[in-house]
Amino acid sequence: MSKISKHEFKSNTMPAIVTVGPVAVLLVFLVVVPLILVAVMSFCQTDEYYNVVHKFTAENYRKLVSADYLKIYGQSLLIAFFTTVLCVLIGYPFSYVIARTKSKKKKLLYMLVIIPFWTNSLIRIYGWRSFLGNTGWLNSILMSLHIIDEPISFLYKTGTTVLGMVYCFIPFMVLPLYTAIEKLDGSLLEASSDLGAKPIRTLFEVIIPLTASGIFSGCIMVFIPCLGYFFVSNILGGGNTDMIGNLIERQFKSANNWPLGAALSIILILVTLLLVKCYQKAGGDMDNLGV
Amino acid sequence: MKVKKEKRKKRIGIVFCTMVYLFLFLPIFVVVTNSFNATTRKPYLSWKGFTLDWYSKLWDNTALLESFGNTILIAVLSTVLSTIIGTLAAVGIYRYKFKGKGIINALLYIPVVIPEIVIGIALLTIFSNANIPRGMLTLVLSHVSFSVPYVIFNVRARLSGYDKSIEEASMDLGANRIVTFFEITLPVLAPGIAGGALLAFTLSIDDVIISYFVNGQTKTYPLKVMESIKSGVSPDVNALSTLVLLGTIVLVFITQSGILSGKHKKV
Repeated sequence: MSKISKHEFKSNTMPAIVTVGPVAVLLVFLVVVPLILVAVMSFCQTDEYYNVVHKFTAENYRKLVSADYLKIYGQSLLIAFFTTVLCVLIGYPFSYVIARTKSKKKKLLYMLVIIPFWTNSLIRIYGWRSFLGNTGWLNSILMSLHIIDEPISFLYKTGTTVLGMVYCFIPFMVLPLYTAIEKLDGSLLEASSDLGAKPIRTLFEVIIPLTASGIFSGCIMVFIPCLGYFFVSNILGGGNTDMIGNLIERQFKSANNWPLGAALSIILILVTLLLVKCYQKAGGDMDNLGV
Repeated sequence: MKVKKEKRKKRIGIVFCTMVYLFLFLPIFVVVTNSFNATTRKPYLSWKGFTLDWYSKLWDNTALLESFGNTILIAVLSTVLSTIIGTLAAVGIYRYKFKGKGIINALLYIPVVIPEIVIGIALLTIFSNANIPRGMLTLVLSHVSFSVPYVIFNVRARLSGYDKSIEEASMDLGANRIVTFFEITLPVLAPGIAGGALLAFTLSIDDVIISYFVNGQTKTYPLKVMESIKSGVSPDVNALSTLVLLGTIVLVFITQSGILSGKHKKV
């Protein structure tokens, strides 16, 4: 028995190396090693020329708990939280209507979600800026209708950043929800109402529990990347609605303190691991994450 | 009575969905409209009449066109590479037993769940440590690294309904592994591969965050836009965005009408 399996293994070693080898090399050198380097760098110092010096320090982590930073973490969590909640509240009924559409229009409705999703997010956020800016469309329209005399500054507010984030991430919520709701068996809903349940009860006791997996994976796919989408808060929030992503970006660009940026990234990695663990504990399937 | 209620419910649904679609398309509408705006004064927002000038001026903006060329080149190269690597990997992981399979499967989820900014700075760190000059090469490598998992997931979904015995039949009839792979395995997997390649292509074209960290002096089209947002984006950028949007619409229609995806055909 063992002889056969050994032979089998031998004859399969070559093809296994040829097929899986390239991706293994890729994962090691472009995922694993880089992340280890980031972890190591988070304990390094910088010299006077902002070069990373491989001398141990815990200073970067001490800086992470400064009052200014704590405020920004709070702000990030708040923005990501409201973004996720709004994505569910808007995305759920929206996906429900599309997924339960019976006519041929369904495919078209679905495509109309994909088109903005595939259009560059930066261009779309820039579109919002043109719409909401002081000289933007909304102010021009309101002023020409004499509703207001002075332009209202919509930009650089927390609410505007949340709007931009909801806008960027709503497809990530709608697509898994659409899949979950489409699988829903219509006869269960009929059974529920035949047995005398009011629509609201059917919603909370049948529809939502059966589509919970979609809601879960949607929330993970909105909340986590939202923390790192620095350009949305940059473009719509100015410096006023900084998130942890903005802090990291600054350390690797203008402030040039890579070790501190690395330490900040470790926070994001830990938050991700924690949330993914919770997701798995709740019975979530990893294959439902991703596009 | 009940019919009336149903109708009202339906109408609320339609109104709600229309509002969401308006929300989704509003900024796109702004960009498209501004590409036809005859205004010549910054920030190019007040409406001064219809013009097609920006579309002809676009061809003089060599920096913008070059960045767009870079974006397409990076997308094509990274799509080809990640499709080849990903397809081979999906087949290998599915067919063969080997040590570390579980680890590879787990590692594939990292680029999918970790925020892009972390992937971006991690790649920047390794490129700088390995003294690889940042530019086209690092951009392509980075794009391959985040698209490969998606190709693998797509091909794997296709493999789960795949009957291994046809490969055995092919080998029994005298074809070797390589002939079998190209003549039997690949055609069966084609829809999954096409779906994965398409996803890799769109992910590459859309990428802002990871490219932002590994680009060096090489500008991609989104990075060029990002650079000019603060100073006021000139309307030829809107014109180019409108053309890209047209391309996207065509692509979405081709893929969603089921020509490429076997998923829809089966249903």
